[in-house]
Amino acid sequence: MHSIPTVRTYVLVWLTLTIMTFVTYYVSTIDLGDWNIVVALLIAFFKMMLVVLIFMNVKADSPLTKLFAGAGFFWMILLLGQVAIDYISRAWMPEGRMW
Amino acid sequence: MVQQFESATLGMWVFLLTEIMFFGGMFCAYMIYRSMYPAAFASTSKHMDPLFGAINTAVLIVSSLSMALAVRAARLGQQKALQILLLITIFFGLCFLGVKAVEYHAHWVDNKVPLFAGHWDYSNTPESPNQAQYARQAQILFCFYFFMTGFHAVHMIVGVALMLTIFFMARSGKFNATYFTPVEISGLYWHFVDIVWIFLFPLLYLIGHTKNIF
Repeated sequence: MHSIPTVRTYVLVWLTLTIMTFVTYYVSTIDLGDWNIVVALLIAFFKMMLVVLIFMNVKADSPLTKLFAGAGFFWMILLLGQVAIDYISRAWMPEGRMW
Repeated sequence: MVQQFESATLGMWVFLLTEIMFFGGMFCAYMIYRSMYPAAFASTSKHMDPLFGAINTAVLIVSSLSMALAVRAARLGQQKALQILLLITIFFGLCFLGVKAVEYHAHWVDNKVPLFAGHWDYSNTPESPNQAQYARQAQILFCFYFFMTGFHAVHMIVGVALMLTIFFMARSGKFNATYFTPVEISGLYWHFVDIVWIFLFPLLYLIGHTKNIF
């Protein structure tokens, strides 16, 4: 069966998540231009990984479960990535012409 | 028993994948409209109070901690601790919904609810003298706001109901150190809903935090 993480581990993860929430809030008050959203999403991604790996204990799950969890993430990358490529590259077309 | 447990965990992850697709569609639509109307979204976002959002993020993270500890207690066969931790999780889940209700009420009073005649007013005010130019795009962001946080809140309500069920199951002695699958499975759901909020918070509340584009 699974190894059981210690209470210390859980509390440390919680502390990190809470600190990261304050960091997100603080960083959003500084004007970084287009980088604000990048930093915010990176922090959110880091928080998600902590929750998935430790709280949901995927770290200790079977390889098959890891694969399924990873597939969800991969699917999001495909969806958002492909759509973003479409919308970003539209601006490269001559004015008023899509093709 | 180990194989049963692993099948159940895997099955829950398959369900969570469908949930990822459900919320993924909304995140994708949000991304498109935000890239179309960046200035309008940044301006409109000022009507969402980041303090409420931050408090709710912290509340959900605490509830995730108590949930993780509840699953741990279940694994170790600590029945009393499991029940107390489940109640703590439910309490913080209800706190989150309470804060959300206060926010929704503020939007309702402030006439920032699109699609409701008489509750949408985006004309200029002394605090936001230039916002009327964004009136139409603001409706889009507010629709995203209400749909995304609304569906998230529905998931929270389901989660609280789920936790209540697990609590009563635990109280009637359904679980022991070798059988605690339902606790583990509902824990996964609870953490997933937490993750959705981790992304919603910066995307909806913190867009135009620095810029003065009112």
